[in-house]
Amino acid sequence: MSTSATRAGLPASQGYRSGSKPKRHYGTHIFLTVMAVMWLIPLGWALFTALRPIASTNEYGYFSIGGDFNFDNFAQAWTQGGIAKYFWNSVIISVPAVLLVLFLASMMAFAVSRVSWKFNVTLLIMFTAGNLLPPQVLAAPLFEMAKHFEVPYAFSDSGNMLNTYIAVIAVNTAFQMGFCTFVLSNYMKALSPDLTEAALVDGAGIWRQYREIIMPLCRPAFAALGTLEVIFIYNDYFWPLIFIQSGDRLPVTTAINNLQGEFLNDYNLLAAGAVITVIPTLIVYLLLQRQFVAGLTLGSSKG
Amino acid sequence: MSTTARDLVPPESRAPSGARAKGVKSGKVRRLSKRDKIVLSLMVGIPTLIQLVFVWLPTLMSIALSFTRWNGLALTDIRPAGLGNYQYISQDYPPFWPAMQHNLLWLAFLALVATPLGLLLAVLLDQQIRGSKIYQSIFFAPVMLSLALIGIIWQLFYQRDNGLLNFLLGTSGTPQAVDWFGDSSVNIWAALVAATWRHAGYVMLLYLAGLKGVDPSLKEAAAIDGANAVQTFFRVVFPAMRPINVVIVVITIIESLRAFDVVYVINRGTNGLELISALVIQNLVGEGQVIGVGSALAVVLLVISLVPIVFYLSRTFGKENRA
Repeated sequence: MSTSATRAGLPASQGYRSGSKPKRHYGTHIFLTVMAVMWLIPLGWALFTALRPIASTNEYGYFSIGGDFNFDNFAQAWTQGGIAKYFWNSVIISVPAVLLVLFLASMMAFAVSRVSWKFNVTLLIMFTAGNLLPPQVLAAPLFEMAKHFEVPYAFSDSGNMLNTYIAVIAVNTAFQMGFCTFVLSNYMKALSPDLTEAALVDGAGIWRQYREIIMPLCRPAFAALGTLEVIFIYNDYFWPLIFIQSGDRLPVTTAINNLQGEFLNDYNLLAAGAVITVIPTLIVYLLLQRQFVAGLTLGSSKG
Repeated sequence: MSTTARDLVPPESRAPSGARAKGVKSGKVRRLSKRDKIVLSLMVGIPTLIQLVFVWLPTLMSIALSFTRWNGLALTDIRPAGLGNYQYISQDYPPFWPAMQHNLLWLAFLALVATPLGLLLAVLLDQQIRGSKIYQSIFFAPVMLSLALIGIIWQLFYQRDNGLLNFLLGTSGTPQAVDWFGDSSVNIWAALVAATWRHAGYVMLLYLAGLKGVDPSLKEAAAIDGANAVQTFFRVVFPAMRPINVVIVVITIIESLRAFDVVYVINRGTNGLELISALVIQNLVGEGQVIGVGSALAVVLLVISLVPIVFYLSRTFGKENRA
């Protein structure tokens, strides 16, 4: 590793000495191209397999380019695997969870960053630490809490909070709130105090300061965090695994694992299922990559 | 992709920090009306309550349950067990020590391979080279995927009979073909490669943001003093990225403790892929439902993760407390 760093680092420094003459980084390009190809192989292989009907791979083998290429596997995985339903379950969980996370975190962040009182830092530490815990530490008590929290059967067919979307939404909200509070409070701290001071003089209450002054200024942070949280919660495998037992209520990220059993030995179908679940992420990636990246770096830049 | 961190600095952040501190400290709370106080307590109270009930109460309950024996059925069946569960996992529970080793290996691999690789990619892409954006997008793509999905995608690549890797190695269809995720002597390494695929991209992204923040005059000064590129990087640029380095250290440790999805998707964390996090869940959802044992494992995980968490919090909030 160190040798390649040496080789690759060299052209940069030469650049500093020789002014702005265009540089050629042949070594760097070769290294990066090799790495990029290696990076793309797993995804590319899944896509390649997904595009070939099982008949072609049976006839020509997996390592061939013979036979047809079409979207039949995708159609079959979609209907046979019930992926549409799983997608809908993902929407039912992610949308409320993201909205709740942002709403609650923004209130908390406002209180700890714009109003000075004794427990500001203590609370912020508690929120930040909570987000850093491995979720498995909380899993057993949360599972038992949900199981022993009895509700009418009209509300949940399990008679308790297991197997409900609400349990997954609540825990995801609580778990993600710490991170968003941390990021938003840093963001709000950087806004000038004069903004709310002036409002205070005008007689604006706390809620108006929050709603009409601070919230609109935080729009870029909300865009970044919102994108990030949609991906985080869509990609969450763990909480539905713990709380949801009936397969038809699983969100797509957790359900994809069951496809392994369902599409036994039909790797083409499994590949198609995997590629389908990438699509929402891919859309976000193409349209909102900037926001996603901003969200990730926003959380780390205040280290 | 590169300017985003800067774009997100709020436009009104120009107030000098001295004046700000004075303004905030001038006793705002006293000037609040009764109604404002109620609003404020709700704004703090609701999120705090949710955080306490769903994060901190379960953490304390994990600790409490680790000293009990319970099958998870009736609450009245909970029996005190003293240190019995800890004794059991350390002495009589076969997967425990392999899991500890695997977690350690996971950490070592991420710290010594994945993270340096991400840093290397960031340094290379930070130069003005052609196609930098395209490379960045490629290396960054796996970061968007869930670890569960990564397990499945790599499963297709690693299979014994129809996987691409065995074909590329020329062993496909022969007795030498390796079942990369199934063979307990290699599957942890195969899983680590899959985890690296994601982690390196994440590290690259954070370091790209970090490198943008390093004052170019530092590098120029080092170059004038006759430092070569390697010296400049390790003695000047890398130390200047200290805040990012702290974050990366913490993320690397925490990711290695949280590692769960990939192994659980492959085989639920058995047969060579034991990890503490997976053992916790096996004891929770298995037939026996040995909540006490699962909780003792969770506490082990908790105690280890408190090390990076406390380190990070003291670095992040230490300054604010002193000010």
